[in-house]
Amino acid sequence: MDKVNSILVILAHPARSRSRVNSCMREAVENLAGLTFVDLYEEYPEFLIDVKREQTRLLEHQLLVFQHPFYWYSSPPLLKEWLDVVLEAGFAYGEGGTKLRGLDFLQVISTGAPAEAYQAQGYHGFTVDELLRPFQATARLCGWNYHEPILVQGARALDESYLQQRAKLYRETLMKYLSEGSLALKGSAIHRS
Amino acid sequence: MSDSVLLFLVVVLGASVTLVPISARLGLGSVIGYLTAGLIIGPQGLGLIKNPEEVLHLAEFGVVLLLFLIGLELNPKRLWSLRQSIFGLGLLQVLLTSALISGSLILIGWDWRMAMVAGMGLSMSSTAIAMQLIEEQGLRSHPAGQKGFAVLLFQDLAVIPILISVSFLGTKVSEGTETSMATQIVSSLLAIGGIVVVGRYLTRPVFRWITGARVRELSVAFSLLIVFGISFLMYSVGLSMALGAFLAGVILAESEYRHELEANIEPFKGLLLGLFFLAVGMGVQINLIVDRPLELFGYLFGFLLLKISILYGLGIIFRMDKRHILLFAFLLSQGGEFAFVLFGQALQASAIDQDAAALLNGVVTLSMLTTPLFLIAYQKLLAFRQEAEGRAADTIEEEGHSVIIAGFGRMGQIVARLLNLGGFKSTVIDHNPEHIDRVRRFGYKAYYGDASQMGILEAAGIKHIKLLVITIDHQETVNRLVEEVQRLYPHVLIAARARDRVHAYQLMDKGVRHFERETFGSALNLGQTALRLMGIPSFQALRTAQRFRNYDLDLIEKLYPLHKDESQVISQTREARDQLERLFVQDAVTLEEDEHKGWG
Repeated sequence: MDKVNSILVILAHPARSRSRVNSCMREAVENLAGLTFVDLYEEYPEFLIDVKREQTRLLEHQLLVFQHPFYWYSSPPLLKEWLDVVLEAGFAYGEGGTKLRGLDFLQVISTGAPAEAYQAQGYHGFTVDELLRPFQATARLCGWNYHEPILVQGARALDESYLQQRAKLYRETLMKYLSEGSLALKGSAIHRS
Repeated sequence: MSDSVLLFLVVVLGASVTLVPISARLGLGSVIGYLTAGLIIGPQGLGLIKNPEEVLHLAEFGVVLLLFLIGLELNPKRLWSLRQSIFGLGLLQVLLTSALISGSLILIGWDWRMAMVAGMGLSMSSTAIAMQLIEEQGLRSHPAGQKGFAVLLFQDLAVIPILISVSFLGTKVSEGTETSMATQIVSSLLAIGGIVVVGRYLTRPVFRWITGARVRELSVAFSLLIVFGISFLMYSVGLSMALGAFLAGVILAESEYRHELEANIEPFKGLLLGLFFLAVGMGVQINLIVDRPLELFGYLFGFLLLKISILYGLGIIFRMDKRHILLFAFLLSQGGEFAFVLFGQALQASAIDQDAAALLNGVVTLSMLTTPLFLIAYQKLLAFRQEAEGRAADTIEEEGHSVIIAGFGRMGQIVARLLNLGGFKSTVIDHNPEHIDRVRRFGYKAYYGDASQMGILEAAGIKHIKLLVITIDHQETVNRLVEEVQRLYPHVLIAARARDRVHAYQLMDKGVRHFERETFGSALNLGQTALRLMGIPSFQALRTAQRFRNYDLDLIEKLYPLHKDESQVISQTREARDQLERLFVQDAVTLEEDEHKGWG
């Protein structure tokens, strides 16, 4: 079966004009053919999500990417709203809710603090992986293929070459998916069947 | 400047400034004020002005300018959409009224020429008075107001043929022209052609030439030159100056300088027209009223009776709603300012004599006084009717509606629909029957009528409701309604439409806390869209608008005490202007920054 390996990237950033990292990351991928880029705060500034539309979008793509800054160990609230209303029972989970099984899922997250802070002994006291449990649980319940996130850390005091390198990684990862249908990231486990 | 001119100016302006505000405050409009002022200072009164005819000549330009402006406003599309009312109702009104009045006068022995002039002149109504009353009473979207406007529009159009026919009825030939008919026609055509040429081809380049010079007042000078030049042209070929000005206006209506022209001419029109009425007032023969009161009032009575009956009959024929026909008839019942012009022209052309002119002018003047009185009587009658209706409706069971919406226009409809979504069926009151009929089908209880009359509200069950939403677009009516309801039914919650900031303050004065300024929400949305179109991200634009809204609501509270100080002392427009100045000052203080400090 020759399926198109299309990607849906959902960006959640409330202050796009101030976002250096996410803007840079966005520019690296938004023009790729076969990739749909959605700026959530631009499309739904009043938090009134068009559920049917979003569900259709999900069904039309094979890889779902959440790109956002790590505000208080989670995403900006509009993405949470999106999860709350789009992933309905009977659609994404629960009785008859199998429509999204097998969806590949990737997070692209920027953190203010550097990597060292995210350790048991570090400033934040937990690793990023631990703090991403809610997203992992969501992916698990909906039957998604969870992949290791792409992180851009220390966003507050960022050096340009690091940012560029991350952006390049983001782009190449997605391009690989578009052509081959797999992410092949460090530590990523399951390929799409 | 000779001291007689100086004295003249002082007297005229003084009289106007004294008397016109009085008549305006009494709800009689400004025309009556000018007429009365003229009466007092003219030879019949204090005799301060000895030669009203000269004044009349000068003031005729007021009418010329008026017709020019009317021509400018003539919008072919507008005319087309109203065509049935204008060319049906309007045409019939003018024809029937002229015919019946002329006929009646001939029957009582008038010369047929004078009877025709009288009939045509009296069939006209006063645009100034009728439009003013329509505005004052908030009837612009009311069926009676709309039909009235259409008829007035036709009358404006009819003025031209009527003026022409008057000059043909005259036995005297205009000064300064050849007596041959052919020459007359040729020179008239040439003059009209000249106007068309000037209007179409010369105005644009000259305006460009002038605006290029960047001397502001030249634009005004040129506008006046156009009008006066054309008047002169028409005068010299013996045609009516007003007609020429009207033509010029129509030709220039499509020009890009139209608003420029309007703005330049308008102030002059106002003053000169006032002077015109003043001059007419000076010419009113008091001795007529003193010597032949029975005759004068007899004619007045007959005139009003005929005119109102015809208007009423036409209302029925054109299937107007029964409740509105009387109002329509009253609005147009008076004789109009064009009658003065017409009779003046007719006199000059010797189509009528001095005596008839004086009598007719007297009838027209008095009829102008009656219209506001008719309207007051009508209000009383309406109130009485509502009471009667109200009592009958009481026997109908109420269905537990807990909301009344007063006014079912653009705002009322949306409020009703929202309440419906919330599970509340409202009782709706509006004075437009079409709105009402449509909505009854959907389970709304809807009432015709003036929502500010207690009788109607009581019939609608105001005793038992929780909330009254007032969406009427007439400020004074809203205020009046609020006062009445608070007085009689203080338990009812009120949410009201406010016209603007100052109106909001007036509502706050009455203790109404829930109001919405009618354009505020839309303006915020439009501003938000503007921000987005200029490239601001959606969410940022939204937040800016939301913050602005809170800031503005806050300011309303903060600046309220100033309103309390000022409202007694200055006019509403002045207060609104002062408020605006304060707002600009406040806005300069930066609004809070976007709360998303944002890294990332």
